[in-house]
Amino acid sequence: MVDAAAVELRGVTKLYGRTTALDGLDLEVRRGEVFGLLGANGAGKTTAVKILLGLTRLSSGSGSLLGAPLGDAAARAGVGYLPELFRYQGWLTGREVLQLHLGLAGLARETWREETARALATADLERRADSRVGSYSKGMQQRLGLAVALLGRPALVVLDEPSTALDPLGRHELRGTIRGLREQGTTVLLNSHQLTEIEQVCDRVAIIDRGRVLAIGALAELLRSGGVRLRVTGLSEAGREALGRHGPVEADGAWLVVRDAVEADVPELVAVAVADGARVYGVELLRPSLEDRFRQLLGEP
Amino acid sequence: MWILAGVTLREGLRRRILPALAGLSLVAVLLTAWGYAQLPHLAAGNRQPVTPLQMQLVASQLLILVMFMFSFVLALAAVFAAAPSVAGELESGEALAVLARPIRRRSILIGKWLALAAVVVVYAAVATACEFVAISATTGYVPPRPIEAAGYLAAVGLVTLTLTMALSTRMPPVTAGIIAMLLFGLAWLAGVVGGIGLAFDDPVTAQLGVVARYVLPTDGLWRGAIFSLEPLTVIVGGAAAGPQIAAFPFYVPAPPSLVYLGWCVVWVVAVLAAAIVSFDRRDL
Repeated sequence: MVDAAAVELRGVTKLYGRTTALDGLDLEVRRGEVFGLLGANGAGKTTAVKILLGLTRLSSGSGSLLGAPLGDAAARAGVGYLPELFRYQGWLTGREVLQLHLGLAGLARETWREETARALATADLERRADSRVGSYSKGMQQRLGLAVALLGRPALVVLDEPSTALDPLGRHELRGTIRGLREQGTTVLLNSHQLTEIEQVCDRVAIIDRGRVLAIGALAELLRSGGVRLRVTGLSEAGREALGRHGPVEADGAWLVVRDAVEADVPELVAVAVADGARVYGVELLRPSLEDRFRQLLGEP
Repeated sequence: MWILAGVTLREGLRRRILPALAGLSLVAVLLTAWGYAQLPHLAAGNRQPVTPLQMQLVASQLLILVMFMFSFVLALAAVFAAAPSVAGELESGEALAVLARPIRRRSILIGKWLALAAVVVVYAAVATACEFVAISATTGYVPPRPIEAAGYLAAVGLVTLTLTMALSTRMPPVTAGIIAMLLFGLAWLAGVVGGIGLAFDDPVTAQLGVVARYVLPTDGLWRGAIFSLEPLTVIVGGAAAGPQIAAFPFYVPAPPSLVYLGWCVVWVVAVLAAAIVSFDRRDL
């Protein structure tokens, strides 16, 4: 079933004793998109990922991974995973870790040499390929983890907080890698509490809190306009009323804010003001940042 | 499964667990060989030379004590290797990336068990062979059933390994290791207490040893090793000594029954199956 969603979770609940980690989580990640799971620490992001990968069992609900029911080991052949808690066998070399995962992923031995070389290049670890992983820095281990996740060009790549140990340059490279994956048609599920990371690479985002999805959709939808601000002089009362047809109008110092107005309304708003005989000095679309939206959804001031 | 078995063996070598075990065991073999070599030079009472019978008696008892040390080392090594094998990797996070691969958890567990079981069997065989060569070369004493003895020793290790691995699916490495070692010690002690019960004709105490041997078969199998190391003179002499001899922890009058050995196999399979179920159901 190639058309099935890459990931689907329906009403998934997970209880750890009396603690509810997931509380009826619904989620769909379409094939080929970069999907961001955003939430504070403890929101349930990692639990959701672990349930997807069969590492944790769900208490109730259902779901699918690459068209197969959850828990189907074979479906995981198409998945690459970088865990949040990334640790690789310190007594193996980077090359050996890659080969171990090539074997576990069931990839044909003829492909190993090429895959290993490609992965080492992706992780920029060619020069340290034959050093023991125990001697790697944290950033190197995370890069190795990313390379392990990308072995065999999986259809779905799950990255759980992939940039925690990376320096700014490493983060920049990571974003490039994720964009490259999207260009290849790979589905990426990115778990992060780093808003900028999500904002810069994700097509769609789900905001999670206390095991539930608070909002889900394209970034443009989630960050929909908070209104249009106009700096005008000489606007008549009738003109103000005409602007009011696009949304409630509020004064903001020398500016007027038309709440609920969106980008598409801007030409009409300007035309109305000009027709009224007013002079327009500036127009600004009020776009909340993901952070504003996130805080708003969490009900924080 | 085989990939994991290979990785487990490589871990043992890379982390110098296997070389350390082999090196120290070689030192132990050399020391005991030196000790055996002193036996023919000992003088009995009144400065008489040691008779062949005395030599056989002393050498066989000494060998049983040395093999007891090896059974303890083997159990300890099995515990130390098995306790972190599952729990340690879960704790450190090493297991996450591996378990997310298209493999079943049981393959991982069985792969690790096979690798460690191979180490246990090889160690038991090599250590026993070295000791037997050492004692026969230095004293001329040849243990009566050497292959059986090695088999029992390996079985003690396998039982300990399986128990520790099962505990390791649910407990942190240190806890699993301590509990396994404690149970190993308690099982031996229960056997000793059971022997005292037999000697003093106390059926309840005697029964304790029997029950313990079924709950954790390490002591029952170790007793099999003792029997296979006893020359006929010791068995006959022990039988003639009356029931009180049962209180002596290094004398066994008869080998374990086939039914008991069958139980030991069932025990290992059942505990390994329980470990698989426990690991399958574990949330990571």
